[in-house]
Order: sequence, then C-alpha cells, then structure tokens
Amino acid sequence: MRSQFNSALQNESIDRSSKKKKFCRFKKSGIKYIDYKDPSFLKQFINDQGKILPRRITGTSLKYQKKVSQAIKRARHLAILPYTTDTQ
Amino acid sequence: MKKNYETVFIINPVLSEKQVEDTVKKYTKQVESLKANFICNESLGFKELSYPINNKNSGFYHLFQYESDNIEIIKKFETELKRDRSILRYLTVSLCKDGIEFNARRAKGEFKNKKK
Repeated sequence: MRSQFNSALQNESIDRSSKKKKFCRFKKSGIKYIDYKDPSFLKQFINDQGKILPRRITGTSLKYQKKVSQAIKRARHLAILPYTTDTQ
Repeated sequence: MKKNYETVFIINPVLSEKQVEDTVKKYTKQVESLKANFICNESLGFKELSYPINNKNSGFYHLFQYESDNIEIIKKFETELKRDRSILRYLTVSLCKDGIEFNARRAKGEFKNKKK
C-alpha cells in the first residue's frame, strides 16, 4: 500500500549533468583588485536600470561581490556609472 | 606607516586646456608641499558624465596617486578641492596592496583593451 503512494508522489529525476555550474570569475581568473575607473568592466554587473546584479545571477563569490558593489558605488559618485537610467 | 592614496577629481569642462593644466599644476604643487610622494600623476581625459553635475554634462578627469604617513594632508587637500569652483567632484581612496600592484601594472599599460 505504502509503496504505491510513494511511487505516485515521487518526482521524476532531473538530469543535472547538463546544467552549467556557476563559478566566480574573479576566483577563476585570479583578479584581485576591481578598478572603479573602468566602466566597461563594471557594466557586466549592473542591469539596464543601473542596479547592481545579485550574486545569484552573476555567480560571484561573497568576497568579490563586496568589492564589486564598492567599486560600482565609487564609480557612481564620480559619474562614471549612472545612479539610475530611465527605461521607457 | 606609509599609506598609498588615490584621488580622482573632475575639472569643469568650461575651462580652456591651459586653465586645466594650471589647475592640475596648482594641486600638484600643493600635494608636494604637504610632503607627499607622488607615484602617479595622470590625466584620464575628457569624458562624458553619466548624469549632469552642476548642469555640466562632461568633464576632465584627473588622477593623483601619492604616498604619505599623515592623514591630515588629505583633509587639507580635500578642503581645497571643495572650495574650488572649477572642481565638480572628487574622490579619495586609500589603496590596499592589491590596488597598488594593480595601479603599477596599469601604469605600464597592461590593461588596455584587455579586460572584457
């Protein structure tokens, strides 16, 4: 009886091998310092509105996410990056 | 202990090239008079601003990197920058050891069009 229920409730197994695993690009390529004067590099970590992308999307490790956000905030102060952009 | 500092400031685009040079010279002298060692004194060029500051849409960016063991000089330097009307924005950052290494490599021109 019980085994019947179990078989009905069980989900199909998902093939995870095809899914790409996220990685931290700073750890992988050995970048230690993030320059706030380089807008083309920092633009990879902001969306169309100018918001900082979360770690869950970019895959950056916590240590470097802190540095990225610091660099973006410095760049915003110096008008290298926008605080907000209108998307209409 | 000596620390490395980096200051970026934006000069008013209304000024002529000579006036820009003069303002840079003025601050170079000032930092030197405060007993700081210059490591880098570089113009980052004329750039568009991402958002208007004081109704200006562009400015001359300039970078100073210097070494000092006294924090007081930054206070003095920043008050000068604050009072000056031809400076739109400024930012002073103390550099960690990775930052110093990065700047030394950048000065050699290693990072031009490399990072993508």
